[in-house]
Amino acid sequence: MATDFSYPDAAAKAANLPKEFDPEKMSLSMGPSHPSTHGVLRIQFELDGEIVTKADPVVGYLHRGDEKIAENMTYNQFVPYTDRLDYLAPLANNMAYAIAVERLAGLEVPARCQAIRVLTAEMARVSAHLMGLGAFGIDVGAWTVFMYCFEEREKLYKLFEELTGARFTTSYSRIGGLTRDVPEGWTQRVDAFCDQFLPILDEILGLLSRNKIFLDRTVDVGVISKADAIAYGLTGPNLRGSGVPNDLRKDRPYSGYEQYEFDVPVGSKGDCYDRYLCRGEEMKQSIRIIRQVVKNFPGGAWHAQDARRIFAPPKDKVLTSMEELINNFMLVTEGPQMPAGEVYFEAENPKGVLGFYIVSKGGGVPYRMKIRSPSFCNLSILPKLCVGNLVSDVVSILGSLDFVMGECDR
Amino acid sequence: MTTDVALPTAVSLQFPSAAPRPSLDCPAFNVPADGALALLHYLRDTQGYDFLMDVTAIDWSAEVSPRFTVVWHLYSSTKHTYVRVAAECASDAEPAMPTATGLWAGADWHEREAYDMFGIKFTGHPDLRRILMWDAYPYFPLRKEFPLAGLPTEMSDADINAEIGVGVISAPMVGGPFVATPGEPMSAAEPRAKDEAWSEKREKPE
Repeated sequence: MATDFSYPDAAAKAANLPKEFDPEKMSLSMGPSHPSTHGVLRIQFELDGEIVTKADPVVGYLHRGDEKIAENMTYNQFVPYTDRLDYLAPLANNMAYAIAVERLAGLEVPARCQAIRVLTAEMARVSAHLMGLGAFGIDVGAWTVFMYCFEEREKLYKLFEELTGARFTTSYSRIGGLTRDVPEGWTQRVDAFCDQFLPILDEILGLLSRNKIFLDRTVDVGVISKADAIAYGLTGPNLRGSGVPNDLRKDRPYSGYEQYEFDVPVGSKGDCYDRYLCRGEEMKQSIRIIRQVVKNFPGGAWHAQDARRIFAPPKDKVLTSMEELINNFMLVTEGPQMPAGEVYFEAENPKGVLGFYIVSKGGGVPYRMKIRSPSFCNLSILPKLCVGNLVSDVVSILGSLDFVMGECDR
Repeated sequence: MTTDVALPTAVSLQFPSAAPRPSLDCPAFNVPADGALALLHYLRDTQGYDFLMDVTAIDWSAEVSPRFTVVWHLYSSTKHTYVRVAAECASDAEPAMPTATGLWAGADWHEREAYDMFGIKFTGHPDLRRILMWDAYPYFPLRKEFPLAGLPTEMSDADINAEIGVGVISAPMVGGPFVATPGEPMSAAEPRAKDEAWSEKREKPE
């Protein structure tokens, strides 16, 4: 006699199973709390044996309403919320957001501010890719890689902490500048990090690049064609892994990226292995940029000088001059004053292209702000990508897409 | 910062109904809702705007009509420029817009998000469900009348609701455990986890 595994409650049963459920198939829910879904992604699978026949990603478990919050606070108050988008690269988010608002204000920041932003964004890229690589390693069974990556990442976080006062929630950008200048001797310590990091990076990549197990798990798995990558709006290493050489740092340089020499690594096949190779090479290119920034580190002001109603005046002026005190007070209570209009700015973040669409009616608070998050778009290809693969290959695919749910769900 | 300077003339020749839209950066166009897809198709296939970067909406608040504007951002990987297309939804009560999923597969999730947050129905969308909020959620949170604190609702699953009897409550904007309460003495109003069992006036229980 067959055992009855069905739910006692018929209504609950109907709610939990996908519509048009085929009794030959099996339904499997992966996540939201699953080690290889990197956060709170849940995928509702329909399986035929071990082959995925349908995949329905369920996102939104980390939705905090960041866009609603942005409409209710001043431009500077929103900076800490950008830390929590891609929480593995907060410095890059800070920079993207600050530049978007500066485009709205029509404000140019001085060369030193731009250089510091590029430096921190590239360090954030290295740390984010280290995390992605380590987690990808664990997903396909390589524990050692994770430990190596985390040790290097920790060194970067020490540097971030020294610069911003926080390891993760850096909130380093302000509209029109930064929270503070770099500390004494900090750039030399960044350079020293680069010196010791490159040989270790080769060692880390050496653990995977010709590893038989790793190759078996990634080569020809999860192939994204060029056309698909474009149709689904993929960006970042996931797009470049498919052979599309799009990199906003090259194509539409912002914050002075045009001064630096670097190459854009591009994959040939678009499988999980190509995406891994792209990230590995991107880290080396980021180190190249970091070295150039440190070598030609510009002096001068580190925040916009002519931004009276946007960037806070220095503290000693606030305490000694009436006008600056009023200015500071107005800035804190009413926010940086922006003209009316619309801008859309995108920056090349570690996970892909992070965009801010700001609709302003003037004043210190945006009327509408849309955050175009790369992880959201990169995940939207999953229903197509997972079908036909083994469940264990889905784990490789998720690891290679390197998403972060804080940004996807906003 | 480069922009596609030739684009506005080319579009106005092809699409007389597309009016230039005020913008601080890239070229932007206002089109009627029924002409939006034709313009997007033209931009993609003739002008080389191959990437749909973003689809979103703006709520101009309940007092304004037309109330909802849908905005598309396209990027050209050959010209390295952006273009913005905006179309107003004809109805304020039942906003609708034709779907762009036939042009870009990636429009799927963007449109689901716009539906989830604003309640704009994308006609022809293959699977228009909520994406960030749960399916049974009754509100459209990015509409202007929706309060920042949220509105109390039931939990996503009927059986969980019946079991625990507590729904989703709105966020404590004032007087929550970590929020300063106005009108109290400083010691009580301090933002901290409030243990109500003891205070300066009452002994801490053993």
